[in-house]
Amino acid sequence: MKFRSKIIDVGCLNHFTRVVNTVSKLTKSCVLRLTRDHVYFVLSGKISTGGVSMWCELLQVNFFDEYQMEGVSADANEIFLEVTPENLSRALKTAQNAKSVKMKLTKKNCPCLTLAAELPSLSSVSRVVTHDIPVDVIPRRLWHDFREPQMPDFDVSIYLPPLKTMKSVVDRMKNLSNYLVMEANLKGDMNLKIETDLVSVTTHFKDLGNPPWGDDGSQTVSQSRDDDLMAEVRVDIRKLQQFLTGQQVNPSKAMCNIVHKRILHLIFLHEDVSLQYFIPAVV
Amino acid sequence: MDCVATGGNVKVLAKAIHSLSRIGEELYLEPVEDGLALRSVNSSRSAFACFLLSPLFFQRYQTPSDQSFRCKMPIKSVQSVFKSLSSLERSVEKCRIQFNNEKSRLTITLHCKHGLLKTHNLSFQDCESLQAVFDKDSCANMLQAQSRLMVDTVLHFPPSLEEVNLSVSNDRVWLRNHIEDDADSSRAMMTELCLSSDEFDQFAVNTQTSITFCLKELRGLLVFAESSGLPVSIYFDEPGSPVILSVTDSVLEANFVLATLSEDSHPKNHVNANTKHLQAEQMTDDFMCDDMDSVLIAMETSELPGPSHVPSSSSPPHNTNNRKHPASEDEEEEEQEEALIERPPNKKFCSLFFGSVLLASSQLTNQTIQNQEVLASDSDNEDQTES
Repeated sequence: MKFRSKIIDVGCLNHFTRVVNTVSKLTKSCVLRLTRDHVYFVLSGKISTGGVSMWCELLQVNFFDEYQMEGVSADANEIFLEVTPENLSRALKTAQNAKSVKMKLTKKNCPCLTLAAELPSLSSVSRVVTHDIPVDVIPRRLWHDFREPQMPDFDVSIYLPPLKTMKSVVDRMKNLSNYLVMEANLKGDMNLKIETDLVSVTTHFKDLGNPPWGDDGSQTVSQSRDDDLMAEVRVDIRKLQQFLTGQQVNPSKAMCNIVHKRILHLIFLHEDVSLQYFIPAVV
Repeated sequence: MDCVATGGNVKVLAKAIHSLSRIGEELYLEPVEDGLALRSVNSSRSAFACFLLSPLFFQRYQTPSDQSFRCKMPIKSVQSVFKSLSSLERSVEKCRIQFNNEKSRLTITLHCKHGLLKTHNLSFQDCESLQAVFDKDSCANMLQAQSRLMVDTVLHFPPSLEEVNLSVSNDRVWLRNHIEDDADSSRAMMTELCLSSDEFDQFAVNTQTSITFCLKELRGLLVFAESSGLPVSIYFDEPGSPVILSVTDSVLEANFVLATLSEDSHPKNHVNANTKHLQAEQMTDDFMCDDMDSVLIAMETSELPGPSHVPSSSSPPHNTNNRKHPASEDEEEEEQEEALIERPPNKKFCSLFFGSVLLASSQLTNQTIQNQEVLASDSDNEDQTES
């Protein structure tokens, strides 16, 4: 197993850092999956994380100037590492003005992801800061836990309102209740609702637009579904807030799929990064 | 006693006090001929700081006639006088510190704009001189850097980091986070920053060495240095000897003295090796009993005349300048055994004081050495990882 990579472009470094920061706000531990063309940050839904799962996919070539990877074997040319994204975030934080950042897999006391940044200095010799981030190599027999999630058979797919607005609404609702109901229909209407013994609050959004699925074969939106019919899902509001608060990358497309009373599937798309987040419904 | 600071120096005085508050709970104040000494020490006696403000710092500087006024007070109460630095800058024109004989209070008067007078009467305790025994000139190594470099360096380490390791060679300086040897240590993130000697204003390394000290306490000095724009000088020796960080200009001198982890590999020797030499010169003679209280009292009742820097002639015999770091173990052991015999009461002193900070330094140093070795060798083997 071998992994060596290098980022030289400042813009790419900043972008990569923001992706890592976003991931670190969502989970304490996740799986870093390295393939020939992609870098993935994966969180598989477990009881301990409240059932949320995350899939973040980066197109390697848009970030790294150099990228060499050799997986466990020729027919399994991938590397799966369990990593604490906060460590990676911390390492990248002070390297933002680096001339170059190298990331490679090394073995110190344990397997490590070593980040070496060459920083500008007052002398002709660059300052070098090296961070050794301990990682766990995930054996091949466990790889199936971290497969790409299937697109759920959703009832409604809708674009999200401006994130800033949505975030401030959810922030305020969080003070009143632990659970939030999101409902949406194919006419571009979305409501965010909370209900307690004392108060119920609903925020209405209109004309959000619905993404046109169907042609790629992964989902055929049933034509027979009544446009007005709302699909709803009740989720833990903190999970939703955590997701919205952590965002550091402004997505070019932000949408969600609702499986009625089952799952809230959020999708943020950017030119070279896609982020999917699944929040299960609570009863 | 009557001192008056004006203009920008009021803010400098305030910053010095805030800086000292990062070290200990109490502020020791002693006006001497050389200037006003403001000192603090931490509870485990592993960190000491002193700001000496020369008479030229003040518009008016009058020492008490009997030359024996010394006091200490909770540093929080002094900090509250100089609470907001920005408002100090904007509105305070003059600051007067006087000893009020009748009321037995230390009076700090802030003369502000528009004729406003803020008077604070602080109660204090009499005490004896707080003194750390150290000698910058006898240190084998000295580095001097702009405060900006120091601050940028420290940025790479998390604010929560307790201890940092500083290593020097002929042309390089390394800073690493120090990991305690416990269950979590193998999973901890290791950070290392390598600087070339060119980045330092002065780089005088006579002995290649590696010392470990507490970063937290140092941050107070860095904040002061950065705001004053003054370079920071670091004086150090082999592990176990204190590291001295110093910021100086024509009217003030600040010294932060921090204990360093000893390199000792034998537990029985660790007790004395960790001594930070905070004992006053007379302590070895006067010190008769073992318990903690006596030790503290002994320290405070020392009568040290004159300036704050006393040559550490009382420290265990060390031929520091000639010693090479890796080979020093045997030599060090012997000398420490000698020193042990000289001062048996220190055993408890040290182990009490360094219980929390230094644990069993034997394991720590072994771990440190191992870590250093691993880090160095694997830079060639970086692509070998078993799945």
